[in-house]
Amino acid sequence: MSASSDNSKSLFGYVAEFSTASDLYHAAEKVHEAGFRRWDVHTPYPVHGMDHAMGLGKSWLSAGVLVGGTTGFLFALFLQFFTQVSLYPTVVQGKPTNLFTMPAFFPVTFELTILFSGFTILFGLLAIIALPRWNHPLFNSKLFEKATDDGFLMVIEARDPKFKKEKTLDFLEEIGAGKIEEVAH
Amino acid sequence: MAGTSTADTKVHPSEAEGVAREPLVLNDRPMSWITDRICGIVENRQPFIWWALFVPAAMLFGLLMGTLVYLVSTGVGVWGNNQPVAWGWAIVNFVFWIGIGHAGTLISAILFLTRQKWRTSVNRAAEAMTLIAVMCAGIYPGFHVGRFWMVWFLAPVPNANAIWQNFKSPLLWDVFAVSTYFLISVIFWYIGLIPDLATLRDRATKKIPKFLYGFFSLGWRSGNRQWRHYEMAYLLLAALSTPLVLSVHSVVSFDFATSVVPGWHTTIFPPYFVAGAIFGGFAMVLTLMLPVRKLYGLEDLFTHKHIDNMSKIILLTGTIVGYAYIMELFISFYGANKFETDAFHLRILSGPYTWAYYCMFFCNVIAPQIFWFQWARHNLWVVFIVANFVNFGMWFERFVIIPTTLARDFLPGQWGYYSPSITEKLMFAGTFGMFFMLFLLFIRFLPVIAMSEVKGVLPQNDPHFPDWKKLREKRRQAES
Repeated sequence: MSASSDNSKSLFGYVAEFSTASDLYHAAEKVHEAGFRRWDVHTPYPVHGMDHAMGLGKSWLSAGVLVGGTTGFLFALFLQFFTQVSLYPTVVQGKPTNLFTMPAFFPVTFELTILFSGFTILFGLLAIIALPRWNHPLFNSKLFEKATDDGFLMVIEARDPKFKKEKTLDFLEEIGAGKIEEVAH
Repeated sequence: MAGTSTADTKVHPSEAEGVAREPLVLNDRPMSWITDRICGIVENRQPFIWWALFVPAAMLFGLLMGTLVYLVSTGVGVWGNNQPVAWGWAIVNFVFWIGIGHAGTLISAILFLTRQKWRTSVNRAAEAMTLIAVMCAGIYPGFHVGRFWMVWFLAPVPNANAIWQNFKSPLLWDVFAVSTYFLISVIFWYIGLIPDLATLRDRATKKIPKFLYGFFSLGWRSGNRQWRHYEMAYLLLAALSTPLVLSVHSVVSFDFATSVVPGWHTTIFPPYFVAGAIFGGFAMVLTLMLPVRKLYGLEDLFTHKHIDNMSKIILLTGTIVGYAYIMELFISFYGANKFETDAFHLRILSGPYTWAYYCMFFCNVIAPQIFWFQWARHNLWVVFIVANFVNFGMWFERFVIIPTTLARDFLPGQWGYYSPSITEKLMFAGTFGMFFMLFLLFIRFLPVIAMSEVKGVLPQNDPHFPDWKKLREKRRQAES
């Protein structure tokens, strides 16, 4: 690491292109086996099974959404019971103003549960994937523009502890990369 | 070298013996073709016909704004509804537009959960249609409350009167259902748009489009470490939207069903409304997408298979709606409730609006039956005409439900006849203008087909069956 530290300051990493989804999938398995940590594959669509190839587990966004949904559920119950039963009870439509008003509260409770979950999904997703981030070294790469069109790209970052300027380049060629581009910071 | 080890023995499920399916994208189009074709719609100049539709639509939208200014400055008395028909076209049109939206959510959420891959070519446009239809719908109850500037009273915020909203009322449930539906649809649509906005960002050459697409794509890098959370978010939204879409039109139907008005007070209303909404929504999707497909050369992406599937859904839901119409009549007869029987007697035999009932019945139940025949589902003119019959018929369904029932109250002294005023007619035309104007703007500025999703269903993009194409050609040769 120390030998290449001067270079890795300006070098962000390598962008390597593969020709098919299948090649990229198998290359990802090899990069994962080799023990890299700071790397990713960039594809125009989510490749089926790629999480497994990269050794990634299930996304934990769902756990956050459970919390958000529960908050919505409890908030809706609080809102309705507090305003209808304790703060300003009104007897309309022959409906009681006590615990037995519950059935009339179901629709709004349901909707607010969904609403809170939906917002948790949006903001939770953005927080987990660290977006918005409009500026990123990868956007300096010409090859990287293919990631949103038809490219199957792999990026290994220079800050990965296993990254060696020459060796990693050879490794990428060995696992079947076609075009390889250096990306500067 | 990689990936050939097991591929020779494996066959892609869609190509398995005896079940070979029509491909979702015709002519083996590569990914770059899809990007070019769909981004091209946004990047190139619009065809003349786009302007020919946009200008009148924008003028009608201007008419809508003018009508609303007239309405607010004069008062809701300019509408034709009064006692006994207090819910005139305003609520008819509200339910009509809300119903239209349902197909978008059905396609994006329910068909996602049931792994219907053909949805990928339709879902973006259908979701856009949902949002626009809900906006059109929202105008009506907003102004129907009488004093538009008091609409905020619907929100549960403390106010000077210290009175809270009546959460026991279906009308307030409706406020929550529709606003939740709108917001969740916006989130679903926007999350789906992010990767495609990034594609437009990477292709943009001019400064302003690059800035705007870049801004709204939030710096999306399409890495798998992003995709995996993205896919989970999409799955969760689909799972939440599915019960949500069923709940929205159920809650709209509660506005009627929880009342004690004969003809409205029926338990069949929620499923009947939901089926009808999906039915009408699919018809509107076809009405919009058939011309778009032709105009922008999307025949390879939006194929006969899609049209065929959607026609079948129209047939199915139309038949469910027909069942509901007949079941309503049967229950009113079998229930032997004098008022119910009279309400339906007036609806189908002797009332002032029987013409509307038969109009509705023909458009919604009889017309779609032609889709039993494959030639009808494959003839685009037939599909387009039947879809428009359905659009027309679903509007009439809401008309039949509302004025027919209200015009004949319990006492003959309270009977009346409702016909819309010119303001209502202009307003309805205006919301059509708004609908088409916004949809045309959507086509102009945003990718009309979800590129990232279509790319994911291409057979050559499946990492597990890399030799898919070769195998298919080999088998086709062997077969012939």
